[in-house]
Amino acid sequence: MWIQLILIAAMVGIGLYLVRARPSARHLALRRLGVFAVLAIGVIVVLAPGWLTAVANAVGIGRGTDLLLYASIVGFMLYVVADYKRSIQLSRANTQLARELTLVQARLDDAIAVRDTDVEN
Amino acid sequence: MASMSTERSGSAETSLRDRETWIVIPLFNEASVIGGVVTELRQRFEHVVCVDDGSTDGSGATARAAGARVLTHPINLGQGAALQTGISYAREQAAAEYIVTFDADGQHRLEDAVAMLDEARSRELAIVFGSRFLDHRTNPGWAKKVVLKTAVRVTNLTTGLRLTDAHNGLRVIRTDAARKVNLQQDRMAHATEIVLQLGRTRLPWAEYPVEVLYTDYSRAKGQSLLNAVNILVDLIVN
Repeated sequence: MWIQLILIAAMVGIGLYLVRARPSARHLALRRLGVFAVLAIGVIVVLAPGWLTAVANAVGIGRGTDLLLYASIVGFMLYVVADYKRSIQLSRANTQLARELTLVQARLDDAIAVRDTDVEN
Repeated sequence: MASMSTERSGSAETSLRDRETWIVIPLFNEASVIGGVVTELRQRFEHVVCVDDGSTDGSGATARAAGARVLTHPINLGQGAALQTGISYAREQAAAEYIVTFDADGQHRLEDAVAMLDEARSRELAIVFGSRFLDHRTNPGWAKKVVLKTAVRVTNLTTGLRLTDAHNGLRVIRTDAARKVNLQQDRMAHATEIVLQLGRTRLPWAEYPVEVLYTDYSRAKGQSLLNAVNILVDLIVN
Protein backbone atom coordinates (compact mmCIF):
# COMPACT_ATOMS: atom_id res chain seq x y z
CA MET A 1 0.00 0.00 0.00
CA TRP A 2 1.24 3.44 -0.96
CA ILE A 3 0.05 5.05 2.24
CA GLN A 4 2.37 2.92 4.36
CA LEU A 5 5.38 4.01 2.32
CA ILE A 6 4.30 7.64 2.48
CA LEU A 7 3.72 7.60 6.25
CA ILE A 8 6.99 5.82 7.02
CA ALA A 9 8.86 8.26 4.78
CA ALA A 10 7.17 11.13 6.62
CA MET A 11 8.24 9.76 10.03
CA VAL A 12 11.83 9.22 8.90
CA GLY A 13 11.84 12.71 7.39
CA ILE A 14 10.63 14.28 10.62
CA GLY A 15 13.27 12.33 12.55
CA LEU A 16 16.02 13.61 10.25
CA TYR A 17 14.67 17.13 10.55
CA LEU A 18 14.84 16.80 14.34
CA VAL A 19 18.43 15.58 14.35
CA ARG A 20 20.03 17.28 11.37
CA ALA A 21 18.39 20.51 10.31
CA ARG A 22 19.61 23.85 11.55
CA PRO A 23 17.27 26.82 11.43
CA SER A 24 17.68 28.95 8.30
CA ALA A 25 15.78 31.39 6.15
CA ARG A 26 15.17 28.55 3.71
CA HIS A 27 13.42 26.46 6.36
CA LEU A 28 11.37 29.42 7.47
CA ALA A 29 10.23 30.04 3.89
CA LEU A 30 9.38 26.35 3.40
CA ARG A 31 7.37 26.32 6.64
CA ARG A 32 5.41 29.38 5.53
CA LEU A 33 4.74 27.90 2.12
CA GLY A 34 3.58 24.74 3.87
CA VAL A 35 1.06 26.69 5.92
CA PHE A 36 -0.39 28.32 2.80
CA ALA A 37 -0.52 24.98 0.99
CA VAL A 38 -2.41 23.38 3.88
CA LEU A 39 -4.89 26.29 3.90
CA ALA A 40 -5.44 25.97 0.16
CA ILE A 41 -5.95 22.22 0.40
CA GLY A 42 -8.34 22.81 3.28
CA VAL A 43 -10.51 25.12 1.17
CA ILE A 44 -10.56 22.62 -1.71
CA VAL A 45 -11.49 19.73 0.58
CA VAL A 46 -14.30 21.73 2.17
CA LEU A 47 -15.70 22.66 -1.25
CA ALA A 48 -15.29 19.19 -2.77
CA PRO A 49 -15.13 16.44 -0.11
CA GLY A 50 -15.25 13.83 -2.82
CA TRP A 51 -11.71 14.71 -3.93
CA LEU A 52 -10.37 13.77 -0.53
CA THR A 53 -11.83 10.29 -0.81
CA ALA A 54 -10.52 10.02 -4.36
CA VAL A 55 -7.01 10.87 -3.20
CA ALA A 56 -7.42 8.43 -0.28
CA ASN A 57 -8.43 5.64 -2.65
CA ALA A 58 -5.47 6.44 -4.89
CA VAL A 59 -3.00 5.78 -2.04
CA GLY A 60 -4.84 2.74 -0.77
CA ILE A 61 -7.14 4.08 1.96
CA GLY A 62 -10.88 3.49 1.93
CA ARG A 63 -12.13 6.80 3.34
CA GLY A 64 -11.09 10.42 3.01
CA THR A 65 -11.50 11.01 6.77
CA ASP A 66 -8.82 8.40 7.46
CA LEU A 67 -6.41 10.19 5.14
CA LEU A 68 -7.26 13.43 6.95
CA LEU A 69 -6.47 11.80 10.31
CA TYR A 70 -3.09 10.50 9.10
CA ALA A 71 -2.20 13.84 7.56
CA SER A 72 -3.18 15.62 10.79
CA ILE A 73 -0.94 13.37 12.87
CA VAL A 74 2.04 13.93 10.57
CA GLY A 75 1.36 17.66 10.58
CA PHE A 76 1.15 17.71 14.36
CA MET A 77 4.43 15.85 14.77
CA LEU A 78 6.12 18.24 12.37
CA TYR A 79 4.80 21.12 14.44
CA VAL A 80 6.06 19.60 17.70
CA VAL A 81 9.55 19.07 16.29
CA ALA A 82 9.73 22.55 14.75
CA ASP A 83 8.55 24.13 17.97
CA TYR A 84 11.04 22.10 20.03
CA LYS A 85 13.89 23.26 17.84
CA ARG A 86 12.72 26.83 18.08
CA SER A 87 12.64 26.59 21.87
CA ILE A 88 16.25 25.36 21.87
CA GLN A 89 17.28 28.37 19.79
CA LEU A 90 15.44 30.71 22.12
CA SER A 91 17.00 29.22 25.23
CA ARG A 92 20.47 29.56 23.69
CA ALA A 93 19.83 33.20 22.95
CA ASN A 94 18.54 33.61 26.49
CA THR A 95 21.70 32.03 27.90
CA GLN A 96 23.94 34.34 25.87
CA LEU A 97 21.99 37.34 27.04
CA ALA A 98 22.20 36.31 30.69
CA ARG A 99 25.92 35.55 30.35
CA GLU A 100 26.68 38.95 28.82
CA LEU A 101 24.76 40.59 31.65
CA THR A 102 26.78 38.63 34.21
CA LEU A 103 30.10 39.44 32.53
CA VAL A 104 29.31 43.14 32.16
CA GLN A 105 28.44 43.28 35.85
CA ALA A 106 31.68 41.46 36.72
CA ARG A 107 33.83 43.82 34.62
CA LEU A 108 32.11 46.78 36.24
CA ASP A 109 32.74 45.41 39.75
CA ASP A 110 36.39 44.73 38.92
CA ALA A 111 36.89 48.21 37.48
CA ILE A 112 35.34 49.77 40.59
CA ALA A 113 37.50 47.61 42.86
CA VAL A 114 40.66 48.66 41.00
CA ARG A 115 39.67 52.34 41.18
CA ASP A 116 38.91 52.09 44.92
CA THR A 117 42.33 50.65 45.71
CA ASP A 118 43.97 53.32 43.54
CA VAL A 119 42.16 55.98 45.57
CA GLU A 120 43.24 54.38 48.83
CA ASN A 121 46.91 54.30 47.87
CA MET B 1 45.18 42.38 39.49
CA ALA B 2 46.05 41.51 43.08
CA SER B 3 43.52 43.96 44.38
CA MET B 4 40.47 42.08 43.25
CA SER B 5 39.92 39.75 46.13
CA THR B 6 39.87 40.17 49.85
CA GLU B 7 43.45 40.21 51.10
CA ARG B 8 44.24 38.36 54.25
CA SER B 9 46.99 38.33 56.82
CA GLY B 10 49.72 35.68 56.82
CA SER B 11 52.09 36.82 54.09
CA ALA B 12 54.06 33.55 54.12
CA GLU B 13 50.90 31.72 53.14
CA THR B 14 49.79 34.16 50.45
CA SER B 15 53.17 34.16 48.76
CA LEU B 16 52.76 30.45 48.13
CA ARG B 17 49.52 31.02 46.31
CA ASP B 18 49.29 30.45 42.59
CA ARG B 19 48.48 33.82 41.02
CA GLU B 20 48.28 32.86 37.36
CA THR B 21 45.60 30.20 37.68
CA TRP B 22 41.89 30.87 37.84
CA ILE B 23 39.73 28.23 39.50
CA VAL B 24 36.25 28.15 37.94
CA ILE B 25 33.42 26.59 39.95
CA PRO B 26 29.84 26.34 38.65
CA LEU B 27 27.73 26.86 41.75
CA PHE B 28 24.10 25.97 42.30
CA ASN B 29 22.60 25.45 45.73
CA GLU B 30 25.64 24.03 47.52
CA ALA B 31 25.61 26.32 50.55
CA SER B 32 26.45 23.52 52.97
CA VAL B 33 29.73 22.61 51.24
CA ILE B 34 30.90 25.50 49.06
CA GLY B 35 32.44 27.46 51.94
CA GLY B 36 34.81 24.62 52.78
CA VAL B 37 35.68 24.01 49.13
CA VAL B 38 36.56 27.68 48.50
CA THR B 39 38.48 28.05 51.77
CA GLU B 40 40.64 25.03 50.94
CA LEU B 41 41.29 26.20 47.37
CA ARG B 42 42.22 29.68 48.59
CA GLN B 43 45.11 28.20 50.56
CA ARG B 44 46.87 27.54 47.27
CA PHE B 45 45.11 29.71 44.70
CA GLU B 46 44.69 33.48 44.60
CA HIS B 47 41.80 33.45 42.16
CA VAL B 48 38.74 31.33 42.84
CA VAL B 49 35.74 32.23 40.68
CA CYS B 50 32.32 30.85 41.57
CA VAL B 51 29.54 31.28 39.02
CA ASP B 52 26.38 31.35 41.10
CA ASP B 53 23.77 29.90 38.76
CA GLY B 54 20.71 31.37 40.42
CA SER B 55 21.12 29.63 43.78
CA THR B 56 18.28 30.14 46.24
CA ASP B 57 20.10 28.99 49.39
CA GLY B 58 22.67 31.78 49.77
CA SER B 59 25.49 29.80 48.16
CA GLY B 60 26.83 32.94 46.49
CA ALA B 61 27.17 34.86 49.75
CA THR B 62 28.81 31.85 51.42
CA ALA B 63 31.35 31.54 48.60
CA ARG B 64 32.06 35.29 48.72
CA ALA B 65 32.60 35.16 52.48
CA ALA B 66 35.09 32.33 51.95
CA GLY B 67 37.09 34.53 49.56
CA ALA B 68 35.76 33.64 46.11
CA ARG B 69 35.06 36.08 43.31
CA VAL B 70 31.37 35.40 42.72
CA LEU B 71 29.67 36.04 39.38
CA THR B 72 25.90 35.76 39.49
CA HIS B 73 23.60 34.55 36.76
CA PRO B 74 20.31 36.45 36.91
CA ILE B 75 18.44 33.15 36.44
CA ASN B 76 19.29 29.46 36.62
CA LEU B 77 20.74 28.39 33.26
CA GLY B 78 22.44 25.06 33.98
CA GLN B 79 25.91 23.81 34.85
CA GLY B 80 27.27 24.04 31.31
CA ALA B 81 26.17 27.66 31.01
CA ALA B 82 27.76 28.51 34.37
CA LEU B 83 31.01 26.82 33.35
CA GLN B 84 31.13 28.81 30.11
CA THR B 85 30.48 32.08 31.94
CA GLY B 86 33.35 31.30 34.34
CA ILE B 87 35.69 30.36 31.48
CA SER B 88 34.73 33.50 29.53
CA TYR B 89 35.50 35.62 32.59
CA ALA B 90 38.75 33.90 33.53
CA ARG B 91 40.28 33.92 30.05
CA GLU B 92 39.94 37.70 29.74
CA GLN B 93 42.05 38.26 32.89
CA ALA B 94 45.46 39.57 31.84
CA ALA B 95 47.40 37.44 34.35
CA ALA B 96 45.58 34.20 33.60
CA GLU B 97 47.76 31.35 32.32
CA TYR B 98 45.62 28.39 33.32
CA ILE B 99 41.98 27.76 34.12
CA VAL B 100 41.01 24.89 36.39
CA THR B 101 37.39 23.73 36.37
CA PHE B 102 36.30 22.36 39.72
CA ASP B 103 33.03 21.02 41.13
CA ALA B 104 31.28 22.85 43.94
CA ASP B 105 30.17 19.78 45.85
CA GLY B 106 33.54 18.85 47.34
CA GLN B 107 34.15 15.71 45.28
CA HIS B 108 37.51 16.88 43.93
CA ARG B 109 40.77 17.06 45.85
CA LEU B 110 42.91 20.19 46.00
CA GLU B 111 46.08 18.06 45.71
CA ASP B 112 44.82 16.61 42.40
CA ALA B 113 44.28 20.09 40.96
CA VAL B 114 47.78 21.17 42.03
CA ALA B 115 49.34 17.99 40.63
CA MET B 116 47.50 18.41 37.32
CA LEU B 117 48.78 21.99 37.03
CA ASP B 118 52.33 20.77 37.71
CA GLU B 119 51.84 18.17 34.99
CA ALA B 120 50.56 20.78 32.54
CA ARG B 121 53.50 23.09 33.27
CA SER B 122 56.24 20.49 33.21
CA ARG B 123 55.01 18.70 30.07
CA GLU B 124 53.76 21.88 28.38
CA LEU B 125 50.26 20.48 28.04
CA ALA B 126 47.39 22.76 27.04
CA ILE B 127 44.72 20.49 28.49
CA VAL B 128 44.76 17.99 31.36
CA PHE B 129 41.61 15.98 31.98
CA GLY B 130 41.11 14.43 35.39
CA SER B 131 40.17 10.75 35.26
CA ARG B 132 38.87 8.60 38.08
CA PHE B 133 39.37 5.40 36.08
CA LEU B 134 43.14 5.45 35.62
CA ASP B 135 43.67 3.84 39.02
CA HIS B 136 41.52 2.09 41.59
CA ARG B 137 41.20 4.71 44.30
CA THR B 138 37.68 5.74 43.27
CA ASN B 139 34.77 3.37 43.70
CA PRO B 140 31.68 4.84 42.09
CA GLY B 141 29.43 1.79 42.45
CA TRP B 142 28.32 -0.30 39.52
CA ALA B 143 25.26 1.73 38.39
CA LYS B 144 27.25 4.94 38.22
CA LYS B 145 30.10 3.11 36.54
CA VAL B 146 27.78 1.90 33.76
CA VAL B 147 26.50 5.43 33.17
CA LEU B 148 29.98 6.96 33.21
CA LYS B 149 31.48 4.31 30.97
CA THR B 150 28.64 4.78 28.47
CA ALA B 151 29.28 8.51 28.57
CA VAL B 152 32.96 7.91 27.84
CA ARG B 153 32.12 5.73 24.87
CA VAL B 154 29.73 8.33 23.43
CA THR B 155 32.30 11.05 24.04
CA ASN B 156 35.09 9.09 22.37
CA LEU B 157 32.86 8.30 19.41
CA THR B 158 31.88 11.93 18.85
CA THR B 159 35.21 13.57 19.67
CA GLY B 160 37.80 11.17 18.32
CA LEU B 161 39.81 11.48 21.53
CA ARG B 162 40.60 8.42 23.64
CA LEU B 163 39.52 9.24 27.17
CA THR B 164 38.88 6.93 30.11
CA ASP B 165 36.56 9.32 31.98
CA ALA B 166 34.31 11.89 30.35
CA HIS B 167 32.12 13.45 32.97
CA ASN B 168 34.82 14.49 35.38
CA GLY B 169 34.56 18.13 36.43
CA LEU B 170 38.27 18.53 37.21
CA ARG B 171 40.18 19.86 34.19
CA VAL B 172 43.17 22.10 33.59
CA ILE B 173 42.83 24.29 30.51
CA ARG B 174 45.54 26.68 29.34
CA THR B 175 44.09 30.03 28.29
CA ASP B 176 44.98 29.56 24.60
CA ALA B 177 42.84 26.39 24.61
CA ALA B 178 40.14 28.06 26.72
CA ARG B 179 39.69 30.73 24.07
CA LYS B 180 38.38 28.03 21.74
CA VAL B 181 35.71 26.88 24.18
CA ASN B 182 32.19 28.06 23.42
CA LEU B 183 29.72 25.75 25.11
CA GLN B 184 26.20 25.66 23.70
CA GLN B 185 25.01 22.85 25.94
CA ASP B 186 23.58 24.49 29.02
CA ARG B 187 22.94 21.28 30.90
CA MET B 188 25.04 18.18 31.50
CA ALA B 189 25.93 17.44 27.88
CA HIS B 190 28.56 20.20 28.12
CA ALA B 191 30.97 17.62 29.56
CA THR B 192 31.10 15.91 26.16
CA GLU B 193 30.94 19.19 24.24
CA ILE B 194 33.96 20.65 26.05
CA VAL B 195 36.03 17.55 25.20
CA LEU B 196 34.96 17.94 21.56
CA GLN B 197 35.92 21.62 21.40
CA LEU B 198 39.20 21.13 23.25
CA GLY B 199 40.04 18.18 21.00
CA ARG B 200 39.54 20.36 17.93
CA THR B 201 42.24 22.77 19.13
CA ARG B 202 44.82 20.06 18.31
CA LEU B 203 46.78 21.29 21.34
CA PRO B 204 48.68 18.74 23.46
CA TRP B 205 46.55 17.08 26.10
CA ALA B 206 46.70 14.27 28.62
CA GLU B 207 44.64 12.52 31.23
CA TYR B 208 45.72 12.48 34.85
CA PRO B 209 44.56 10.07 37.57
CA VAL B 210 42.46 11.77 40.22
CA GLU B 211 40.38 10.55 43.08
CA VAL B 212 36.71 11.45 43.26
CA LEU B 213 35.42 11.60 46.80
CA TYR B 214 31.95 10.14 46.89
CA THR B 215 30.33 11.50 50.00
CA ASP B 216 26.72 10.67 50.81
CA TYR B 217 26.03 14.23 49.77
CA SER B 218 27.50 14.01 46.27
CA ARG B 219 26.10 10.50 45.84
CA ALA B 220 22.59 11.82 46.42
CA LYS B 221 23.10 14.45 43.73
CA GLY B 222 24.83 12.20 41.22
CA GLN B 223 23.76 11.55 37.66
CA SER B 224 21.04 9.02 37.18
CA LEU B 225 20.46 6.68 34.30
CA LEU B 226 17.58 8.82 33.05
CA ASN B 227 19.83 11.86 33.08
CA ALA B 228 22.11 9.98 30.70
CA VAL B 229 19.15 9.82 28.30
CA ASN B 230 18.83 13.61 28.52
CA ILE B 231 22.51 14.02 27.75
CA LEU B 232 22.26 11.80 24.69
CA VAL B 233 19.23 13.63 23.31
CA ASP B 234 20.82 17.02 23.96
CA LEU B 235 23.86 15.94 21.98
CA ILE B 236 21.93 14.42 19.08
CA VAL B 237 19.43 17.23 18.50
CA ASN B 238 20.91 20.31 16.92
